Amino acid sequence: MTTPHADTRRRSTLRRLTADPQAVVSASLLAVIVLLGLLAPVLTSHGANEANLDAVNAGAGDHGYLLGGDKSGRDIFARLLFSINTSVVSALIGTSIALAIGITSGLVGGYFGRRVRGVAEWVFSLIMTFPGLLLLIVLMPVTKGDYKATMVVFGVLLSPGIYRLVRNLVLGVKNELYVDAARVSGLPDRRILRRHVLTVVRGPVIIATAFLAGSSIAVQSGLAFLGVGSNTVPSFGAMISDGFTNLYEEPLQFLWPSLALGIITASLVLLGNALRDALEGGRPKPARIVTATTYRAPATEGTVSGLLTVDDLAIAYPTPTGELKEVVSGVTLSVAAGETLGLVGESGSGKTQTAFAALGVLPAEAVVTRGSIRLDGRELLGLSERELRAVRGTSIAYVPQEPMSNLDPSCTVGAQLVEGVRAATPMSRGEARDRVLALLARVGIPEPERTFRSYPHQISGGMAQRVLIAGAVASRPLLLIADEPTTALDVTVQAEILDLLRDLRRELNMAVLLVTHNFGVVADICDRVAVMREGTVVETGTTEELFATPRHPYTRTLLDSILDETTLRTDPPATPAGALETEKR
Amino acid sequence: MTTLLEVSDLRVTYPGRGFRARSHEVLHGVSLTVGQSETLGVVGESGSGKTTIGRAVLGLVAPSGGTVRFQGNDITRAGRAERRALARDIQVVFQDPYSSLNPALTIGDILGEPLIVQGSGTSEARRRVAELLDQVGLPKDASQRLPREFSGGQRQRVAIARALAPAPRLIVCDEPVSALDLTTQARVLDLLVDIQRRTGVAYLFISHDLAVIRHVSHRVSVIHRGDIVETGTAGQVTTAPEHPYTQRLLLAAPVADPAEQRRRREARQRL
Repeated sequence: MTTPHADTRRRSTLRRLTADPQAVVSASLLAVIVLLGLLAPVLTSHGANEANLDAVNAGAGDHGYLLGGDKSGRDIFARLLFSINTSVVSALIGTSIALAIGITSGLVGGYFGRRVRGVAEWVFSLIMTFPGLLLLIVLMPVTKGDYKATMVVFGVLLSPGIYRLVRNLVLGVKNELYVDAARVSGLPDRRILRRHVLTVVRGPVIIATAFLAGSSIAVQSGLAFLGVGSNTVPSFGAMISDGFTNLYEEPLQFLWPSLALGIITASLVLLGNALRDALEGGRPKPARIVTATTYRAPATEGTVSGLLTVDDLAIAYPTPTGELKEVVSGVTLSVAAGETLGLVGESGSGKTQTAFAALGVLPAEAVVTRGSIRLDGRELLGLSERELRAVRGTSIAYVPQEPMSNLDPSCTVGAQLVEGVRAATPMSRGEARDRVLALLARVGIPEPERTFRSYPHQISGGMAQRVLIAGAVASRPLLLIADEPTTALDVTVQAEILDLLRDLRRELNMAVLLVTHNFGVVADICDRVAVMREGTVVETGTTEELFATPRHPYTRTLLDSILDETTLRTDPPATPAGALETEKR
Repeated sequence: MTTLLEVSDLRVTYPGRGFRARSHEVLHGVSLTVGQSETLGVVGESGSGKTTIGRAVLGLVAPSGGTVRFQGNDITRAGRAERRALARDIQVVFQDPYSSLNPALTIGDILGEPLIVQGSGTSEARRRVAELLDQVGLPKDASQRLPREFSGGQRQRVAIARALAPAPRLIVCDEPVSALDLTTQARVLDLLVDIQRRTGVAYLFISHDLAVIRHVSHRVSVIHRGDIVETGTAGQVTTAPEHPYTQRLLLAAPVADPAEQRRRREARQRL
């Protein structure tokens, strides 16, 4: 079932590939080389093993030998062309065997239960313990020196790499909800594997294939160079070996096969990299076309006053086509000392962008096109990273949405807090430790000593948020910016965290800018509210005013969407008559 | 009202990680029923085991004890073939509309696939897909597009359409609106209620949000650390709960009214 859209998707991958010079050059080189190999019988009248004693070490062009003859009097050009075919066949056999075994067992091992995976794991680990090249040499009596049989064995030796790749991808995708949904839809496992799992595996496997082909060719040549296997098979390895013994007399004999082998393997690796960029890299990163220098702070004092004043702030992001798209367009708001301002809006309204701008942590590609952000009268936009760091450490603090992902899992909670405290105010380790313990006790952690020594995964989400709040208020900031600080928490924990924020604000006379989408949280803790929509503030007012008499229609829509006591469902379950419809299927 | 789903004394144990690690029981004997065309809300906090109930009903986790009966048949340990047959009757809407739709398939393929597997012809499936899109309020041309072209709310509509495809009797809704914006949330809930009125499908509706539960449920069960602590009508459980945990839960949820919220906060702090 292909649809026009699936086609455009595929075409766009192809277009990305054709736009990448690395892909175009390496793919064309490979295509030309393969073509030369296929046309070998036409391009040369000499066989690969056809020796002419008169042409021993013949110069280029002699006896109709385009690149001369080797030490046995064979046509170097013809041998090069026929060696290409050997390499191509080696690559095809090695990769197809590795892919067939690796993908099949990777899908099975990843998708089905632990027991099947255990067996697959054990078998492939065993294969990996074999020393590859040595085994191929030892097996020569079995393969009878035939390079094709050798490549079959090598394919098996390569398969664990593919198996592991596929297995990991499948394990990742197996827990995706859409695979669960497919199972609930009654799809047989075979179909789920083909439709939902294989599509995810495809990209990385294509990339790995390019590298597998490269290593198959390299191993085949390596064995031939060592003289293992039949010496009647034309091969770059055998040619390099011949040229090597003749290096001082005819160095060119060594050069040609090395060059050909080098170009082939390099092209495969480069093509693999280009494929990776096209399949996994996603869209090309937008170019950073505007820098901070285009930003001009307004000469006049802003129209708003307060501890934090944001005046006509606009933030834009470059699109892939190179234009700027505004996500925040002219936001004006202010927070007074000791006040809590709720910044409310739906996803994409620009509320988090506004908060990040005040913190000075917008992503590198973001562009502040106009406006001003002042803290206590000082302009923050245009400050250097170093100056900003000083402001962030002491005057502005931040509490994030996801407490867990904002703690370093490899350090203890205490170590992280001590580091932060000492960065803001220089003090001895012991002093910092005492200060952190006092802070942990202050934010309501029952056993500060134990939490101090704990790693983040040993504490709950609510405790982690308390820890981050402790770190945020350590330097008694003027302003605390909290971005959805309770969204990831349970309601009972949320209530405790809001209580804590309320107490700390009173105690430290700290201003709080609270970004949230939850009107319950707003009603609980905010003095004033600014409602954002599509990058602008549509309404600002005190919390009481806003809930009682919303002025802007959008605010009214938002307030009407709130599910509260009045929205209790009262209609009884549908009558059997209404339920009849299900019988009609 | 006839009982559609009956879960009794359900226990689920997750194996511990690592060698000889102790296993961990997340449901300690949960019992509940869902009647025909009824919504049973299951409310609980993270880690309470509420999602596991849904997954056990769907056959995505194997219970270690107890039974799950659907229309009188024991489906606790239904085999693959039996599960595939059950797919006609029991469906699911997951929480995250971003990861519950395969990004590589068009909406038409996502909705049509289960129909074709269940034995519909291609043209019949296409007709049904159009019907489903209409039912959830999406434009007809949606079937040609990929999930990434839709907003969160629209994607959740697609997920609902997929659940409705085989005209099931029961849909397990696992936090279907908690990833959505406020305005979208209300619209999706209204859609779910509306569909129930029209088709008579029953919902096992799982959520952490009492306000959402209250909006869609006829009856509500409260789950706390793997045990159901209270079950009753939506009005009773969500306005005058008996169990102290439910009372705490109710008082902790902030209401969008500054004066009322202040009163609640004080009540909670006294508790």
